[in-house]
Amino acid sequence: METKLVKTLREAIELAGLESGMSVSFHHHLRNGDYTLNMVMDQIAEMGIRNLTLNASSLFDTHLPLEKHIRNHVVSKINTNYMSAGLGRLISEGLMEEPVDFRTHGGRPRDIALGITPIDVAFIAAPASDCAGNCSGKFGPSACGSLGYAFPDAMYAKKVIVITDHLVEYPLSGWSIPEIYVDYVVEVDAIGNPAGIVSGTTKITRDPVGLIMAETAVKVIAHSGLLKDGFSFQTGAGGASLAAARFLMDVMLRDNIKGSFASGGITGYLVDMLNAGCFRSLMDVQCFDLKAVESIRTNPNHHEISAMHYASPAAASAVVDKLDVVILGATEVDTQFNVNVHTDSSGYIMGGSGGHSDTAAGAKLAMIIAPLFRARLPIVTDRVSCISTPGKDIDVLVTQRGVAVNPKNQELLLRLKDAGLPVTEMETLKHTAEKITGTPKKAVANGRAVANVIWRDGTQIDTIRSIG
Amino acid sequence: MSKIIKPAVCGTLESSDAFVTLEPGGEGLDIQIESVVMKQFGDEILAVTKDVLREFGVDNARVSVVDRGALECVLRARLECAVLRAKGEC
Repeated sequence: METKLVKTLREAIELAGLESGMSVSFHHHLRNGDYTLNMVMDQIAEMGIRNLTLNASSLFDTHLPLEKHIRNHVVSKINTNYMSAGLGRLISEGLMEEPVDFRTHGGRPRDIALGITPIDVAFIAAPASDCAGNCSGKFGPSACGSLGYAFPDAMYAKKVIVITDHLVEYPLSGWSIPEIYVDYVVEVDAIGNPAGIVSGTTKITRDPVGLIMAETAVKVIAHSGLLKDGFSFQTGAGGASLAAARFLMDVMLRDNIKGSFASGGITGYLVDMLNAGCFRSLMDVQCFDLKAVESIRTNPNHHEISAMHYASPAAASAVVDKLDVVILGATEVDTQFNVNVHTDSSGYIMGGSGGHSDTAAGAKLAMIIAPLFRARLPIVTDRVSCISTPGKDIDVLVTQRGVAVNPKNQELLLRLKDAGLPVTEMETLKHTAEKITGTPKKAVANGRAVANVIWRDGTQIDTIRSIG
Repeated sequence: MSKIIKPAVCGTLESSDAFVTLEPGGEGLDIQIESVVMKQFGDEILAVTKDVLREFGVDNARVSVVDRGALECVLRARLECAVLRAKGEC
């Protein structure tokens, strides 16, 4: 048996048979601390390979060197689920000829599995691996916890290259991606900077506005009829959402409610809830902080799940479909409850759906938590600059000045009114904000298409245009 | 009303604030505005700036407003304070 362990990245890329016009993929668990994408793309560029499709589960500003690879036609197409503001601005200004295709965390594995976005060579940044490619994110100096988003890449790519900075003796105990999918293993000095792997946003807010919203959010959950034994929950890593999780923990402990699971990107706050008995399990597709990494390594009730298991509409079933409540953010919400998380109010790309649309579609109660305005920009508009998640999937918007319930959910509306919550109309929230900020002139991005927003089932739901 | 006699600043570059700089100038008003919400509120920011300068009788000055999304009341307060400082009145 030949060894899979090759000496250099270049050799692995050559052995994998990468050629111009093919597709390469990356996962984003190392977040803004990732070294591998730049390392690989620099190597590919040096080898003279051009016109690649780059399929990355998310892109961060640490990946800004991609600009030169795009200008030099090494990369001619990008498929991703999220793009942070630095790279997003370049795309919005028309850096690429081909529009970027934005998918969701569930839509990406769906389209990989269905062969809609085939991958020729997948690169898996593995914090620990053995020489055969049994690998895991739980161990090693760059430990990131779950490798959930890398599973479709490993399972469906024609060739799979594992890149690790922590090569251990065969077999790696506690692998998550097994060797059966892996073609080559390369050892490098470092796959990432641990300081950048942990998000800077995973701290509870101290902003009084955020705390009021979090309190209101928990009252909405408490009176929704869903908070009872078996309760399941997901929240993002924004400051107000984390505060809501902490307040929810107090309520669950006080009322002795035994939930079933919390899912998604996992933070230390959800780990605390698991350990306190609020949930039986965590279903973890990505760890946001070191406490989550430690927990997934040591607690058997903290499960790693693949992107398919998390959210794929092509899977026989997925975790998001079992969710009771999800708390989500927004840069804009419109009077039809459509939510924008792709662009800022000036139309520049600064994010992406991630699991937003997937969880909103699956959860019984999809809640948006957002302040009435940020700086001078109202959050509620007549029409969002970009539809990331359609309004039909959103149940309620929580702000510091009241709660707007989607008319499609009459039961929730009645429950919240009966409970004496500050229920109001979307229009009222819009006017309240504009009385304070003034009425903004709508910034219209009306240039050529720079990105397509593809919903989880493959339908295109919006187009992002360049800033003209 | 007293004249602008010295350069003065007021405000910060924090989000939701504005940083205002005033300097004695030659003929008329030379107003520079930079804002993160230029597209949405550029006209309003210029109007408020002119309004405060007129109210305080400032006819000749170089004025720079670097706006980080300040509400109008905040912007107005920063402008008024910068003017009073530039006049040596506070």
